[in-house]
Amino acid sequence: MAGTAVLGRLTWQAAQVVDVVVETRHVKTITFNVPDWRGHRAGQHVDIRLTAEDGYQAERSYSIASAPDGSRLELTVVRIDDGEVSPYLTDELQRGDQIELRGPIGGYFVWEPSQGGPLLLVAGGSGIAPLMAMIRLRATAGSDAQTRLLFSSRSWDDIIYRSELDQLNGEDSGLCTP
Amino acid sequence: MSIISRGFRRRRVADAPPDRVPPGQYVIRDFPVLSAGPTPHTPLEQWDFSIVGEIDEPRRWTWEEFRALPSQEVTRDIHCVTKWSKLDTVWQGVSVDTLLDGVDTSAEYVVQYSDGGYTTNLPLEDVTGGKAWVAFAYDGEPLHSEHGGPARMLVPHLYFWKSAKWVRGLRLQTWDEPGFWETNGYHNYGDPWREQRYWGD
Repeated sequence: MAGTAVLGRLTWQAAQVVDVVVETRHVKTITFNVPDWRGHRAGQHVDIRLTAEDGYQAERSYSIASAPDGSRLELTVVRIDDGEVSPYLTDELQRGDQIELRGPIGGYFVWEPSQGGPLLLVAGGSGIAPLMAMIRLRATAGSDAQTRLLFSSRSWDDIIYRSELDQLNGEDSGLCTP
Repeated sequence: MSIISRGFRRRRVADAPPDRVPPGQYVIRDFPVLSAGPTPHTPLEQWDFSIVGEIDEPRRWTWEEFRALPSQEVTRDIHCVTKWSKLDTVWQGVSVDTLLDGVDTSAEYVVQYSDGGYTTNLPLEDVTGGKAWVAFAYDGEPLHSEHGGPARMLVPHLYFWKSAKWVRGLRLQTWDEPGFWETNGYHNYGDPWREQRYWGD
């Protein structure tokens, strides 16, 4: 019993690094270009796969932090010191490098502007990433859904997306980030 | 052909024989908690477990009746679709074979249903023949509510979303009915050894 294929397989695709941005001491946002990206909904994630020269492979899941934007995807990665994949992503990966990813994945924790609001978004640390996709989509789509973000970080300097959140908060009375 | 990541190498020590770890998984030692909603807290005096659907006489056990059934200690590896695997987890539970003993059914599928509305579907043959339990203890302790207590399903040969937390019953069906994650992009069957994570895998 292998179940029935509902959609085509989510195949591994080459994703090229087009930008790396330092968010905090431990966090970077990596922007990828994925030429055949089929699009995503805010809140979905991707699986990434790294392959070593000896053939060893590791897979991890990362939320998509960017709103749908053609073939462009942003992943926000926390460096875990004794991790296997995150130190590679944050320390080694450079503009022009390619990795493999597949997605988008997940049909439950998603938000579309047509669903409206109000939205109460609650995140700790890097848990903000999928919520940021929603906040960004809300802004780019011109949604006026009342939205409140409650965001916990270990310190002021560990607040991911701080300046962008401040900016969005300042220009939009419908978005509140206390 | 995979893309080779320059400078990437195995950093985790091989902490398990390869035949214990399905493709794309890595071994962890803690026990992550992943839920799609709030944790229900059904009092034991209100708890029951039922077998319904394609069955002449539906079966129902109160907590006391359920706990009086013969149970087994089972040690199994578990595999979460989010990529962690945990080896040699020790559970105490009632075999589904015990719950279905003597049942004559034309059903070929089963839906696990839980407090909070979660459901997950699988072929009936995947919960019979010593492959599935209703577990009420983990590591020698009563199953904590965040891990699905008072009782959860244990179907360790499939990804762990096929082992419903807070399970309250099994619905026997002649047709297959995709459950919560199965209708939200995840594979209908979920064999970790064939890496059946998502639709189309």
